[in-house]
Amino acid sequence: MATALATPPGNFDAERVRRDFPILQQHVNGRALVYLDNAASGQRPLAVLRAVEHYETHTHANVHRGVHTLSQAATDAFEGARERARRFLNAGSTREIVFVRGTTEGINLVAQSFGRARLGRGDEILISALEHHANIVPWQMVCEQTGCTLKVAPINRRGEIELDALLGLLSSRTRLVAVAQVSNALGTVVPVERIVQAAHSCGALVLLDGAQAVAHAPIDVRALGCDFYAFSGHKLYGPTGIGVLYGREELLQEMPPWQGGGEMIRTVSFEHTTYNDLPWKFEAGTPNISGAVGLAAAMDYLESLGLEALAAHEQRLLAQATAALERLPGIEIIGTAAHKAAVLSFTMRGCHPHDLGTVLDSQGVAIRTGHHCAMPVMTFFDVPATARASFGCYNTEADVAALVAALEKAREVFG
Amino acid sequence: MDLKDLYRDVILDHNRQPRNFGALAHSDAHAEGHNPLCGDRLTVWLRFDGDRIADIRFEGKGCAISTASASLMTEAVKGKDKAAIKELYDRIHVLLTEPHAVADASLGKLAALGGVNEFPARVKCATLCWHTLNAALERSADAVSTEE
Ligand SMILES: Cc1ncc(COP(=O)(O)O)c(C=O)c1O
Repeated sequence: MATALATPPGNFDAERVRRDFPILQQHVNGRALVYLDNAASGQRPLAVLRAVEHYETHTHANVHRGVHTLSQAATDAFEGARERARRFLNAGSTREIVFVRGTTEGINLVAQSFGRARLGRGDEILISALEHHANIVPWQMVCEQTGCTLKVAPINRRGEIELDALLGLLSSRTRLVAVAQVSNALGTVVPVERIVQAAHSCGALVLLDGAQAVAHAPIDVRALGCDFYAFSGHKLYGPTGIGVLYGREELLQEMPPWQGGGEMIRTVSFEHTTYNDLPWKFEAGTPNISGAVGLAAAMDYLESLGLEALAAHEQRLLAQATAALERLPGIEIIGTAAHKAAVLSFTMRGCHPHDLGTVLDSQGVAIRTGHHCAMPVMTFFDVPATARASFGCYNTEADVAALVAALEKAREVFG
Repeated sequence: MDLKDLYRDVILDHNRQPRNFGALAHSDAHAEGHNPLCGDRLTVWLRFDGDRIADIRFEGKGCAISTASASLMTEAVKGKDKAAIKELYDRIHVLLTEPHAVADASLGKLAALGGVNEFPARVKCATLCWHTLNAALERSADAVSTEE
């Protein structure tokens, strides 16, 4: 928090940003909507809505399949989006950019293609105790299929991964380390550079779950040095149903396809099928073309805001909200890592998170309540659920004030 | 959407001081209910006197709606037989889920759950205890039927 307060005031104009998002101009339960559920899904700016609409009204046809004008235009739009995603991640080549439905599918792709083909008894996959179910269950499935073992690095009471323990779990048996760059349930920013370094020195590959990281800071997969990076479009103000799996080319090259069908083949006969080049080898079937177009527009939009200025803005909101909640009686903040993204999980004494969610909703304030697809985190902190406010580019100090007022209302109802 | 309609005084009171709360010693049947979506957990214990529920207690962690609903349920079903409980549950279900349902006087304090109707996301909270009770009743029936 000290670091957040130390950031310069900056000139990020969230009020202006807010006007780019038509959905925010509405009232919910008679109150101006205060949307604080950005960690679950961001909203879409006009630029994204228009890009998708333009594609759908002028360009759509199937990709890679025809000689007619629209098919070519759609292919250009789709492959253009891939190049946009490459730049967004600073990947070396578009061959390393696989379009998927989202983070979940990206992780499953690696688990099933890399994991199932390469892992066996005696091999270990290492994750951490703060992972989203999407970065737990696919690995459990691979373990069941191949006989390899899942290891879990513990977290501490602040919600930080115990780095020494994680390093201690690394060995020559470790084949893959899969961790979130930012925790969705706690907001913890994980020191992934350090983890990548240590994993590589043991000969293990690293997959980063970037779902909660991409909308808050510039991502450079080459600087991070990771082998795989997965994220979802809808967390960075793009459409749902589209995301990216980045994989280092040498690795993707060696990995078998994970789904079969059109698009991913070169030749098919009943005796023998040869596969397409990267990245299409991993893209069986007609892809989400308009989603990719929308995702590219979202990346343009996000970068136009200036990711550094945005990060500073969100840190200011986090610091304000944290300070305000600490002053409220009976509030306990869950997740107090030294480095946090703008995610604030908490509980209120005498008021179950579910009731809190309903009271806040009645005041027009949308937050998430529940286990946030991170049941092991809830178990660790011995809570059934938490309330979570998460901030994005269009949130303002007024939103923080509305959150606090709504929490006071909850206190009034629940005494 | 009126908060006062959902969180009526009876609900808040039973949430703060749930009745028949805590394990029941020497129970004839029990069942656990779980709503994975919100993490609510609930155990219901029963003791029978013939076909009637002689005693019922519950324990669990949940939101105000789920806790109050369970507390009100234990008061309402004590002394009733299975047929009467089934009939009561059907009426509660209508109250919680049918549009514009109104509680009739015969529901007694359970009528306080009427506000849940307007909050579809919360219906499951109110019904968890009833599903758990039904599971315990079925289990007791099974146990009886499988007895040598
Ligand atoms: C850290 C993290 N990983 C994975 C996911 C899964 O993303 P999606 O549901 O878009 O596939 C999420 C989304 O909630 C997340 O926050």
